[in-house]
Parts: sequence; structure tokens; C-alpha cells
Amino acid sequence: MSAAPLLVALVQVTVAVVLAPLVIGVTRQTRARLEGRVGPGVLQPARDLRKLIGKTPLRAAGTSPMTVVAPVVLLTSSLLLAALVPLVAALPLALVPGDLFVVVSVLLVGTVAIALLGLDGGSAFGGMGSSRHMTIAALVEPTVLVAVYALSIPVGSSALPLIVAARRDHPASIASPAGVLAVVALAIVVLAETGRLPIDNPSTHLELTMIHEAMVLETSGRDLAWVDLASWLRLSVLLGLVGNLLLPWGVAGSAAPGPVLLGALALAGKLALLAVLLATVEVAMAKLRLFRVPELLAGSFVLAFLAVTASYLVA
Amino acid sequence: MSLADLARLIGRTGRIAEPAPPRPAASPAGVGPDEGVDGSSGEGSPAVAAVRRELHGSAQVRHVDAGSCNGCEIELAAAFGPVYDAERYGARLVASPRHADVVLVTGVVTRNMAEPLRLTVAATPQPRVVMAVGDCARDCGMFRGAYGVVGAVGDLVPVDLSVAGCPPAPADIVVALRRVTGR
Ligand code: SF4
Repeated sequence: MSAAPLLVALVQVTVAVVLAPLVIGVTRQTRARLEGRVGPGVLQPARDLRKLIGKTPLRAAGTSPMTVVAPVVLLTSSLLLAALVPLVAALPLALVPGDLFVVVSVLLVGTVAIALLGLDGGSAFGGMGSSRHMTIAALVEPTVLVAVYALSIPVGSSALPLIVAARRDHPASIASPAGVLAVVALAIVVLAETGRLPIDNPSTHLELTMIHEAMVLETSGRDLAWVDLASWLRLSVLLGLVGNLLLPWGVAGSAAPGPVLLGALALAGKLALLAVLLATVEVAMAKLRLFRVPELLAGSFVLAFLAVTASYLVA
Repeated sequence: MSLADLARLIGRTGRIAEPAPPRPAASPAGVGPDEGVDGSSGEGSPAVAAVRRELHGSAQVRHVDAGSCNGCEIELAAAFGPVYDAERYGARLVASPRHADVVLVTGVVTRNMAEPLRLTVAATPQPRVVMAVGDCARDCGMFRGAYGVVGAVGDLVPVDLSVAGCPPAPADIVVALRRVTGR
């Protein structure tokens, strides 16, 4: 057993941590330009993060140790996600398989951590945000499972690296009905999971419409830095996964420096493209009413289910 | 509006933001026609400079309306709107004082808002800047002596920066914010 996949996982985590603030910067900058503003530049989220890491957190009186632990747990889950999902290279780890169940559980650990963080602050909005977040998580996780399951049927393995590698080697499967349906379903749930429009508005100031923001209202300083970095990582990793499923070219097949470097550059390109696309779509869109969100997510579940059916019919 | 109309509108409008004025001189703490005249704005500058060094060009702003007539709010909205675009200098409005570096207070402090204002400032992590925007926030302005008024912002919490004017010009608000972000 070689250490190569482990090394690649480390590279992936580093690349993801560097790219995550830039992805947010690109979406905010694109949005600003489309609104006729100049925008703070793509480096602004990185500046915000640097400042927040230097600030001592102010925790409300009466909070439990959960307030201290939850941001770290959330960040750990996001870093693990960055190691497990094939971003730069499609090499399965020997110890922890990049299996769909593992990936979904890691996502869920982070989701639960941030929901507990929202409850622990003791404010009304935090609890409301947590309850909404869990509702959405309950609708999102099955769709992720079913969508990735549909993708795994033609490959014969539920490990994400193998799925991406198979799509790269047989590009015909990308345009197959099952593949398209599954990726569309996955894209919708990625938007829900990462709190983007039309499910949640990342730049809202209205507490009653918040989901993600409401949970972190009581979080400050370094704690907030970890929470922010973790949610940005989530967005980048899941966008990177969708990008690699749609355009699997450039993903390294070995741990040699050349292909890995190429993989990192390809990832940056795909993320930039998806970030601009995401911001452009968001400008043209309004947030869905909360009670309509389950309909959208049920729709994406149906798509994922159809994808499974289609892949069995074809196979 | 259809998507095509929206795209056409975005294409036709282009960039609305005006060109950025030169970076303001770092020293004076007050902004506006009578800079630094009142006591609350005088001693602020060393503290603001110290905070500025720790913020690295990023300032999250929490706005507190302590009893304003809403004139200041309109100018504040303009300062963060597309024309003045305060966000390009690294300032951003946030929803919680826990996330903020700047507490921006408008209006005279009314009886009901005195305690919430104190709590909001206390809930903002250090290093922080308290900014009094508008004549009311600086020295009670036209509401001086009114029955529901406790006092100006400086009477309740230490003020580091103030912006004069009734209502203050968005450009002056932007200048004050740039003193905090240093950009
Ligand atoms: S300073 Fe003028 S505009 Fe601002 S709150 Fe007072 S009266 Fe209204």
C-alpha cells in the first residue's frame, strides 16, 4: 500500500482551503458587477477571514461548550469532505473509501454541528434557523444518496473517485439520460445544502428569511471564521464534485506531480466557471417561499429516482 | 420582467458606481462640514487607527437605529447602493453585532433604545469602532430637549468616529467607513 493517495488527499485539502475564499469572492464580485457596482475584489472574503481569525470570540452568557466545539467540528467535517471527494485526483483512499455513504455521513456531521450551534446560542432566530436547516437536510440527504447511487450503477462501485474516473474514461456516459438526471438532481441539492438562492439567500439581513445566517447570528470572532471557512469549503467541494462529474477531464489519475498540478489547475478553472454561473443565475432569481422549498427538493428527489430507474433500464 | 429584459437592462446599464475618490487622510476623526468640532469626535483617531491596523481592510458594519427620523437611513442605503458602493472599500453591512467591527448608530438615543444600544455595543467583539452618523447622533440635532430623548450617542457609549450633517451626505459616510477599512 503506497502513501500516494494520502498525499493526494493532503494536496486536495490544501487546494480546497486556498480556493474556497476565492470561490466566494468570485461569486460576490460577479454579483456586484451585474448590479452595476464595482465590488470589493475577489480577495475580500480572504481578508474577512484573516481579520476574523485575529478576533477573540465573544460568547453569550450561559452557552455550553457546544458553542466552542461546534465550529471546529464543522470545519473538520468540511476538511474531511475535501479529502474524500475526488477534486484534484480520482484516487480512492485505502482506509476510508470515498464511498457515497461516508461522504453523506460526513456532510451530516457538519449539518448537525451547525444546527446545535444555532440552538446553543439560545436566541429565537438560532433555533428557528436550526429547525429549518434540519428540515432541508432531511430532504437533501436522501436525494444525494439516490443521485450518487444512480451514477454508481453503470460503474459498479459507489466510490466517488471511481465514478469520476469512469466518466473521464467513457465520456459517452456523461450525456446518458441517467447521468444527466442524476447530475441535475445533485446540482439542486448542492444549492440547498450550501444555502444558496433560491433556497436560502446568503446576503440577507432579514432574520425571518434566514436559514444558514440565523444559526450563526450568535457566533463571533474566531468561531465565526471557522464556521465561514467551513461553509465556503462545503460550497467549493460540492461545486467541484458537480464540476468533475460534468467535465471529468483534467482530474489526475495518478499521484505524479504533473497530473496533480494539472488537476489542481483544472479544478480552479471549473470552480471559477461554476462560481460565475452560480452568481449569474442568482441575480436573476428570487428566494423561494420556505413552504415551496420542499416541493423543489421533492422534485429533485424525483429526478434522482428517475435516474436510478433509467440506469437500470439501460444496464 | 423576463430574463431577456433583465439581461438587456444589465447590459445597457453597465457600471453605475462613480469613480473612487482618493483615499481620505487617515488622521481626523470627524467627517463633514464642521470636522472635529464637537468633543465626541476629537479624541477618536488614535483608537480608530489602532483598530484599522487589526482589521486588515475588512470592516463588517452593524447599523443601529437609536431613534432616527429615517433620513439618515436613506443616506446610509445610498452609501451602500450602486452609486457610492461602500462595499468596494471592504465595508459590508451584517445582520448581527456579533459579526460586526463597526457599530453605526443613527438618530438621537430615545428612552426605549438606550438599553438596546448599550447591549448592542457590548455584544460587539473587540476591536470595535462606534460611529455616530448624523447630527442627531452627534449632538441631538433638531431633537435636542425633546421629551423622549435620553441624549446623543456619545452620552451613552464611547464614540470613535462621527459624521456630521442632517442628513449626512453618503459621500461623507463612505469617507468615515474608509477611515476604518483604510482602503
Ligand atoms: S440627523 Fe437629520 S436626517 Fe438624521 S435622524 Fe437626525 S433629523 Fe433625521
